[in-house]
Amino acid sequence: MDIYLPIAGMSVNALLIVVLGGLVGVLSGLFGVGGGFLTTPLLIFYGIPPSVAVASATTQITGASVSGVLAHMRRGGVDLRMGLVMIAGGLVGSLAGAGIFRLLQSTGQIDTVIGILYVLLLGSIGVLMLRDALKALGWLKTPEQAVARPRHNKWVAALPGRWRFYASGLYLSPIAPALLGFGAGILTVLLGVGGGFILVPAMIYILGMAARVVVGTSLVMILAVSAATTMIHALTTQSVDIVLAALLLVGGVIGAQYGAMMTTRLKPDLLRLTLAIIILLVALRMALGLTYRPDEIFSIEYL
Amino acid sequence: MTARRLAMLLLAPLLMAQSAPQLVPDISARRVDIQYSFTGAQLLLFGAILYPGGRVPKRQADIAVVLKGPVQPILVREKQKIAGIWTNAESSRFRSAPGFYAVASSKPIADLVDERTAAIYELGLQNLQLSPGGGAQPDKERRFEAGLLELRHRQGLYAENPNGVEISGGVLYRARIFIPSQVPVGTYTAETFLIDRGKVIAAATKDIEVGKSGFERFVAQTAQRQSFLYGLAAILLPLLLGWAAAELFRRRGA
Repeated sequence: MDIYLPIAGMSVNALLIVVLGGLVGVLSGLFGVGGGFLTTPLLIFYGIPPSVAVASATTQITGASVSGVLAHMRRGGVDLRMGLVMIAGGLVGSLAGAGIFRLLQSTGQIDTVIGILYVLLLGSIGVLMLRDALKALGWLKTPEQAVARPRHNKWVAALPGRWRFYASGLYLSPIAPALLGFGAGILTVLLGVGGGFILVPAMIYILGMAARVVVGTSLVMILAVSAATTMIHALTTQSVDIVLAALLLVGGVIGAQYGAMMTTRLKPDLLRLTLAIIILLVALRMALGLTYRPDEIFSIEYL
Repeated sequence: MTARRLAMLLLAPLLMAQSAPQLVPDISARRVDIQYSFTGAQLLLFGAILYPGGRVPKRQADIAVVLKGPVQPILVREKQKIAGIWTNAESSRFRSAPGFYAVASSKPIADLVDERTAAIYELGLQNLQLSPGGGAQPDKERRFEAGLLELRHRQGLYAENPNGVEISGGVLYRARIFIPSQVPVGTYTAETFLIDRGKVIAAATKDIEVGKSGFERFVAQTAQRQSFLYGLAAILLPLLLGWAAAELFRRRGA
């Protein structure tokens, strides 16, 4: 079933987009990631103009996180205070991201920078998660097991002005989560990703948050920042395709429900292993895309 | 005065008919509506050749049909491998690249007219007046032009069909031109040329409007004119759908 996208200016197979949204939705519910790191490259791969893909995938991140947020809230898995601090950082970050985006676009380097950022971020996060998951599953023996990791990162502990975050079980400076939010905000605009795949590990490893509230809190922050980013795209690049977004959402919100239901039944370590492998595969694909001779050497930009 | 002018106007076709043949072109659709199910459109460009006195010459004249989309200024970028990574390096501007260009003819263009004539009438992809700007070196300009033509050719936006025109009985011609779904909107011109012995002996032009209509038009216009409301809708949509799905599953689950 073909459907014409009014902003992208091309027709696509509607069913394929719905299925794509559904698959990404399952992942988002399952891992607490927005899923944008999969949607955006896949849409571009399908032939959607990159700016439209980035802007429209953002709405899908919002939709996928809504159902996730509601599901986690009912289970008490959200630290609202921590969430608000991160949102504040995230909003500033998304504005900064919009500025960087325009700068890179005018020099024609946006695609390369996006590609390199994807490879670096996904590659390093993927390797970290894979190592951790393998250790947790006991498939990887570590000789220096005796060295206990400190619960608090020493740089985070050095930041001034500490707040109490009861739900997270933390007493730390709000600057640290705000900075995390800032970084995620930039990524949301630049890469069309929610930043969940960075936030979740960072909240666990850098902030030392209680695992119970990590996924829910990161989703709250992703929800707010992705909504703000959608507005920024609508006002500046005008490349949000609401038809494309609706197709992705129909699959995405339902997928997210199934994903959230699965979290309670699956082993968390196996979940992390799976996510690590998916992330590494996407990183590998992006790395190949950068170094292999592309299909199209020439590209057209409208003036 | 006006009566005389009118009389001349009325007589003009008859007078001209004495000397040169005429073309009466038509198109299967004067307007192409882009709607939700639009996957491209097949246009039939057809018409009649009126010879003076209705005498069809023994030597069959040829027909070339050109469908051209709106002209846009563009920047073409070329990727190069720098430090192991393919990235945009050089770029070149073209001030008047048509967003769509298709030519169909009864014989290959090269057999019909010489290069000069082809260039004058912009017959054939090689003869498009792209107006490259910026005083670049000729070889770089040519490289970018070739790159642009090939890219758009692969996207189905530039097409050449050397045997796309069918002439029946020496007086009726028809050509099919396909426009893909990703064409730009705007006013297209369909030009028909009657060519004999390397010369264009008659030409006629018709306009086609390609535009979004109905819901698609509404969406595209709202995105441009009411950006804030459009953005708000784009935020509310996921919130609503996400909430609805969550409610639905909670009821079912509980």
